[in-house]
Amino acid sequence: MEDEKKDNLALQCLLDIVEKIYGYDFHEYANASLRRRVTGFMLDHKFDTYLQLADRLLYDEGLFEVFLRQMSITVTEMFRDPEFYKSFRENIIPKLKTYPYIKVWHAGCATGEEVFSMAILLHEEGFLDRATIYATDFNQVALECAKTGIYDASNVKQYIENYNKAGGTSGLSEYYTSSYNAVKLRDFLKRRITFANHNLAVDRSFGEMNVILCRNVLIYFNKNLQNQVLKLFRDSLCHKGYLCLGSKETLRFTEVENDFEVVDEKYRIYQRKS
Amino acid sequence: MSNCFEAIVIGASSGGLEAFYKIFSKFHEDFSIPIFLVQHIKEGSDNYYVQHINRASSLDVLEAVDKIKINRGKAYVAPPGYHLLVEDKTSLSLSADPRVNFSRPSIDVLFDSAAHVYKDKVIGVLLTGANSDGALGIKKIHDLGGYTIVQNPETALSSEMPRSALAITKVDEVLELDQIASRLNQLDGGNNVK
Repeated sequence: MEDEKKDNLALQCLLDIVEKIYGYDFHEYANASLRRRVTGFMLDHKFDTYLQLADRLLYDEGLFEVFLRQMSITVTEMFRDPEFYKSFRENIIPKLKTYPYIKVWHAGCATGEEVFSMAILLHEEGFLDRATIYATDFNQVALECAKTGIYDASNVKQYIENYNKAGGTSGLSEYYTSSYNAVKLRDFLKRRITFANHNLAVDRSFGEMNVILCRNVLIYFNKNLQNQVLKLFRDSLCHKGYLCLGSKETLRFTEVENDFEVVDEKYRIYQRKS
Repeated sequence: MSNCFEAIVIGASSGGLEAFYKIFSKFHEDFSIPIFLVQHIKEGSDNYYVQHINRASSLDVLEAVDKIKINRGKAYVAPPGYHLLVEDKTSLSLSADPRVNFSRPSIDVLFDSAAHVYKDKVIGVLLTGANSDGALGIKKIHDLGGYTIVQNPETALSSEMPRSALAITKVDEVLELDQIASRLNQLDGGNNVK
């Protein structure tokens, strides 16, 4: 057998153990970024082979918690891709305002920066009290961080720049208080947000949404899992509901391509056909 | 060359736009090996530089989206704010993982994934730049049997990037910017002879 096949076999063995013991299924993740994250973890924690790591993970739950964190670290910011928020404000909000009440699902919200961005946008449109935002992630540590709404102050300059480009109608500083090296987003923004643990790779839908945001999450999945999750989104959207992806993710060439209309090709806003 | 190359990866930082322009304007018309490219660029930039390189070249140069299919005769550019990785021999993928060498996209990330997938069937090219991203990546390509070319640091607009690579790897060739396109044309020609 070639070395590469052996190498793959060992990695699959590691993923089997993670799935069977801890219930997290990474088999359908994109190869390249998965490999990079696992080998990065091995380097930091001095494991030479996948099997050495697998052996330790069999019994060491504490190590698994650290491993899981490494497997789901993504970096985001408030109003990431400001032009997306601008487009959402201009193209989607007027349509949503025709509903008495809307449900928004932020799938894979990580540490929550983009959830609060959406809450601010809805607030400025006088719409937050008519909305419920479900913010979900499978990484509990990230979710706990999101719940606090506390972020490192060193990033705020970038957030302000983004907010202004995104068409903010006030000033971002209206929405947080600063102390020491951190900013805390104001509590009223959280009133309409429900944080919950949800794993896109294994968990089911939970209700009819008007909007689903899932930005820069699908890039970590292979084509199979992408299609599975996109079908979950399609089936979780009400008729004419909106799906928003990351700016380098596309529905083209996926199995749900024909179930959606393109609202904004550049900023990846799609609408479910009725 | 008897070796039949399946991909080329190229990385650059400061001075890269000019270097890419020069190289891409000199590729022969039926150049066939797919090219994957990282240019360090501020996150949130638009894709003016992709159009810039595209205009210079007979190749179809485009910004990569996630899981984009790899086709011969095309060049795929990493989008600002994302790492570009070779998923397998048929597609590319993106990641929003933390910066590597203060960079996203990072040259090391692309080169490492390309080395893993293509082994000795990839050509790695490292150009001008004022940091050391790409050095570990070019070493990885070299270690797995790929062909490695580094721009001559003495004449590069910024010398640190090629210099850092040469400090840790005995690359196959150190070339002047002007020579790189014609060398790649030759290596591509070797492909057609196959």
